[in-house]
Amino acid sequence: MNDPLIIAGQIYSSRLLVGTGKYKDFDETRAALDASGAQIVTVAIRRTNLGQNPDEPNLLDAVPMSKFTYLPNTAGCYTAEDAVRTLRLARELLDGHSLVKLEVLGDPQSLYPNVIETLAAAKTLVAEGFQVMVYTSDDPIIARQLEDIGCVAIMPLASLIGSGMGILNPWNLQLIMDRVKVPVIVDAGVGTASDAAIAMELGCAGVLMNTAIAGAQQPVLMASAMKQAVEAGRCAYLAGRMPKKLYSASPSSPTAGIIASVRG
Amino acid sequence: MRGKLKVITVFINGVARQLKDSYTIEVLIAELGYTGRRIALELNGDIVPRSLYAERVVTEGDKLEIVVAVGGG
Repeated sequence: MNDPLIIAGQIYSSRLLVGTGKYKDFDETRAALDASGAQIVTVAIRRTNLGQNPDEPNLLDAVPMSKFTYLPNTAGCYTAEDAVRTLRLARELLDGHSLVKLEVLGDPQSLYPNVIETLAAAKTLVAEGFQVMVYTSDDPIIARQLEDIGCVAIMPLASLIGSGMGILNPWNLQLIMDRVKVPVIVDAGVGTASDAAIAMELGCAGVLMNTAIAGAQQPVLMASAMKQAVEAGRCAYLAGRMPKKLYSASPSSPTAGIIASVRG
Repeated sequence: MRGKLKVITVFINGVARQLKDSYTIEVLIAELGYTGRRIALELNGDIVPRSLYAERVVTEGDKLEIVVAVGGG
């Protein structure tokens, strides 16, 4: 089925985007990414560890930029200024790569997005030529404002980062999808395969997750489950589900030709 | 040739570090073992493009940030 995800004019066949954090080691990271089929992978930008042997294995070797589209994030940023600075560094680091994930957090307990700082950062980044995929709350008005600014994908939370609570407010996701033309990608909160499938059945363009895979007992197996769930959910969305009804009096087998009762 | 060497202090990723002289960034990253590694570098809040590492010199009190890509969600 030819049903690509298009973000900022680029075509992707996978609708599952995954993070590269919290794995046991780089071998597990790579195995999980391969099992997930993800093409876009998020990475964080951090200070080098000055005490560390520079020859130690690193992410770039395990997850080569030639095979994956890197999506540098601003995880850990609480102000627009820090987020913009981080992504400028990311662009330098990744040879002018402009596709980024903006997230500006509001507090360290909930990791809930600060939408005021997010809007400010998005304006600056778009003006500087970044293609901004933006993590945000599930507020449909903010989502539309972020699209108006020029963000290339709106990525509302399903529930809090790392919570695995699933999709708590499908109605708001629907409101966002009704108002926004760029891809809407659920980011954060997915806990297991059915959550991913539900997001896709609702009509989301994709799902981004990290902990749901990395935090599973068997991350590589869960990555495979997520791949199938996203594909199944997408197919179900495109197929169009049957209407729900309490009962139908319309059996699936023919009513004609039923053998007669011997007690007739 | 320049005059006698003067020890300077710079701050790399928030940590003070003594340098035997005012180096170029190229020399500094070689000393840190980062030559050929994919890094990005900020000098006093401004990004220094890789193409300028051989030209830009660090001086007393400079603040450098050196970053890499790491696993993250």
